[in-house]
Amino acid sequence: MRSRRFVSREKRDLHRETLVSPLPELGLVAADGPLDPTPELVIDEGIVVRMDGRPAADFDVIDRFVVAHGLDLEVAAGAMALDDAELARMLVDIGVPRAELVRLARGLTPAKLARVIGLLDPVELMLALKKLRARRAPSNQAHVTNLKESPALLAADAAEAGRRGFAEIETTVGVARYAPLNAIALLVGSQTGRPGVMTQCAVEERRNLELAIRGLVTYAETLSVYGTEPVFVDGDDTPWSKAFLGAAYASRGVKVRFTSGTGSEALMGYAQGLSMLYLEARCLAAVRAAGSQGVQNGSISCVALVLSVPGGTRAILGENVLAAWLDLEVASGNDAIASHSEIRKTAKLMGQFLPGTDFVTSGYSVMPRRDNTFGGGNFDADDLDEWLTVQRDWQVDAGIEPVSEEEVLRVRERAAHAVQAVFQELGLPPVSNGEVAAATTGYDSSEMPDRDRAADVEAADELLARGVSGLDVALALDRRGFAEIAEAVLSMQRQRVSADYLQTSSVIDAKGLVHSAVNDPNVYSGPGTGYRLEGERWELLQSLPNVVDPAELLGNDSEGEAVVVEHEEAAKGDDPTEVVVAVGPAFADAIRKTINELNHRDVLESICAGIRDGGAVPRVVRVRRVADVAFIAHDGARISGSGIALGIQSKGTAVIHRADLEPLDNLELFGMSPLYTLESYRAMGRNAAGYALGHRVGPVPTELDNFARAKLIVRTTLLHARETQAVQPGAAAVELELAAVPVA
Amino acid sequence: MDFDPKRDYPLGTQRPDLVSTPNGMPLMDVTLDSLRAGRIDGQEIRATPETLLLQSQIARAAGREPLAASLERAAELAAVPDDLLLAVYTALRPRRATAAELEDWATQLESHGADRTAGFVREAAGVYAERGLLADA
Repeated sequence: MRSRRFVSREKRDLHRETLVSPLPELGLVAADGPLDPTPELVIDEGIVVRMDGRPAADFDVIDRFVVAHGLDLEVAAGAMALDDAELARMLVDIGVPRAELVRLARGLTPAKLARVIGLLDPVELMLALKKLRARRAPSNQAHVTNLKESPALLAADAAEAGRRGFAEIETTVGVARYAPLNAIALLVGSQTGRPGVMTQCAVEERRNLELAIRGLVTYAETLSVYGTEPVFVDGDDTPWSKAFLGAAYASRGVKVRFTSGTGSEALMGYAQGLSMLYLEARCLAAVRAAGSQGVQNGSISCVALVLSVPGGTRAILGENVLAAWLDLEVASGNDAIASHSEIRKTAKLMGQFLPGTDFVTSGYSVMPRRDNTFGGGNFDADDLDEWLTVQRDWQVDAGIEPVSEEEVLRVRERAAHAVQAVFQELGLPPVSNGEVAAATTGYDSSEMPDRDRAADVEAADELLARGVSGLDVALALDRRGFAEIAEAVLSMQRQRVSADYLQTSSVIDAKGLVHSAVNDPNVYSGPGTGYRLEGERWELLQSLPNVVDPAELLGNDSEGEAVVVEHEEAAKGDDPTEVVVAVGPAFADAIRKTINELNHRDVLESICAGIRDGGAVPRVVRVRRVADVAFIAHDGARISGSGIALGIQSKGTAVIHRADLEPLDNLELFGMSPLYTLESYRAMGRNAAGYALGHRVGPVPTELDNFARAKLIVRTTLLHARETQAVQPGAAAVELELAAVPVA
Repeated sequence: MDFDPKRDYPLGTQRPDLVSTPNGMPLMDVTLDSLRAGRIDGQEIRATPETLLLQSQIARAAGREPLAASLERAAELAAVPDDLLLAVYTALRPRRATAAELEDWATQLESHGADRTAGFVREAAGVYAERGLLADA
């Protein structure tokens, strides 16, 4: 036997995913694993002799690195002596400044860090993250890639990303040799969208360094670290090699961010029975010790594995908090697809979205996800309006700005033309006008004309051999009349010389000013402090292109020929076959259509026809003293010869009433005005006649649309406001007649 | 040189007078006009060791010791040729180099004035020996 409701739920997208119970032996436990060591630090004459359950002789390569370069032994004695719960409370106590927490973290071991974070619930984690974020204002990072590696489309997407406010844009390659072409397209496009956007091209380290040396990219976040020695070594690195590489990138003027995240050790088979959060604490301790300014974490590519175990979402938020506590810039994931379920992935997002992180996603897919070659696209081009609306709903800045379609088309076309010019000036295979047009308006790369890819990669090799640099790109732009983009590209070269963006959590504004944790730190210390979405920025983030002015939403109905003529005050009728049709104060006057766009003349005629169908006589009056449909109908019933009235508001809501009932009682209520047709109103009239003549009456069948309210509540409010504005307190009802075609 | 790491950041906007290219061109002269006139060499648009040391001081003054140490290594590596840089990185990967080879790379780094980084490589060699991460001799 099956429940059809269970069967229905099993068909939902959520059920494509596997949920598992914890299995600590394989590392399938989010936090507080049974084998996680008890926090411990023993120092003997300035030497660490035991840490987190291991004597120094057994320290693995990660322990040794953290002890040698990370742990601050002067802080450690006091910090390790603090109670776990006390430290946890300090994290959420707005009276304890970030600087003090960052100082204490320098002396805490990975097991202690994980243990304390494990004590916080989700809302406490969010408060801690808001307080511990390094830079004052949150921002966001974009992914820009496409399956065809079309330069025009890469440039157009990068331009749109820049214009929408992304502070960093990341691309990669399908074919490695494309790297310089993609890097150039990204550089030109990004600087067209907004000067100061930082770019990277995620490729193998040697190629990456080469792009950096040429000034074609400005940051890198490909430096992965892992929480156990076997996985680190399987990743073909050690903490020393990664730290060396980080310094090497910095020496070439590249902002460096390491990458880690829960779940990778379990996925790679050597979690050593330890929890995901504890292993991430080891990663982050190593990242800080290596001298990285920041980290991309929040499970990243393993997110779906972490979400398969209980508490996975909480652990991911916990690892973001842990990174911020260690004074690292945090690009907080939300890039790889976390779930098939829109509800589930959005719920997960809120952990980073609401407190704000240095980069709320480490790659928002500006293009449709089928073009995302990172395997990303958790949120993509089609989700943009939702993202913007949720920012507006919460009054939260999650780093993406609304931009009009016209402006998006303008920057996309400009960028595609600019990259076309650069390709021509640099002697690269031409970018056609057809490519420019398709990149400007197209949906994804399936609409892009095919290129000669063999010619592209040959040209890319030759480009590197010639030593083409960011300066050549600037010159090419300048020669072809793109002086403002040339200036922006040159400005990024100047940034490489001053190297200010190597400091923690740097982004560059449109004027070329670097904002980092050094000159623009987060100083949140409770309500009214820190970064708040207000003023001009709030005006910008609430002004979505689809927002309408409520004053203009209804238009002006009251112009044109009169629909009805008012006569004398309505007296009590004495015809027992009479049904009063009582309309609202604005009916057929200040308002002339129902919410379902039916003309009031037609509605009145249908009701009256229905009354006549039922053998009764209609009399139309206007109730002027009140706008509520129950009172409109009841007032009508009290002057009706039969004691029966059909009351109707201007928006179309109707009630059949009887004089001896309480005003808020009724015979039939018709509250689904968006669904009513003229035939519905005719049926209401027939029923009203039936009540008047004492017949057996079956209620008019009604339909239900529970989304009608969500869709139409603004119009309902505006229509009702117009009705209440027409109310004349104390005024008696008046007889009413249709202007051109008399009703009676 | 009057320099205050707490006051003078960002260098590019607060103290451009302290910043120049490896060729000695002042930051303020890196303009579109200089570029048009052919006065900027593409290979020379990068931070100098001196600038990276200033950034290291700024990081240290902000309480970020490991970042400051990394920027000191970066200042040293700014003068190290690309090929040597990549060769040392490769040697530091697991089981790529013997202790003697790592010692040789450390010596080469010292010959380019990268003393701190050479020490870093020697430290790695010691740890690798204990953790089985050296190449078989």
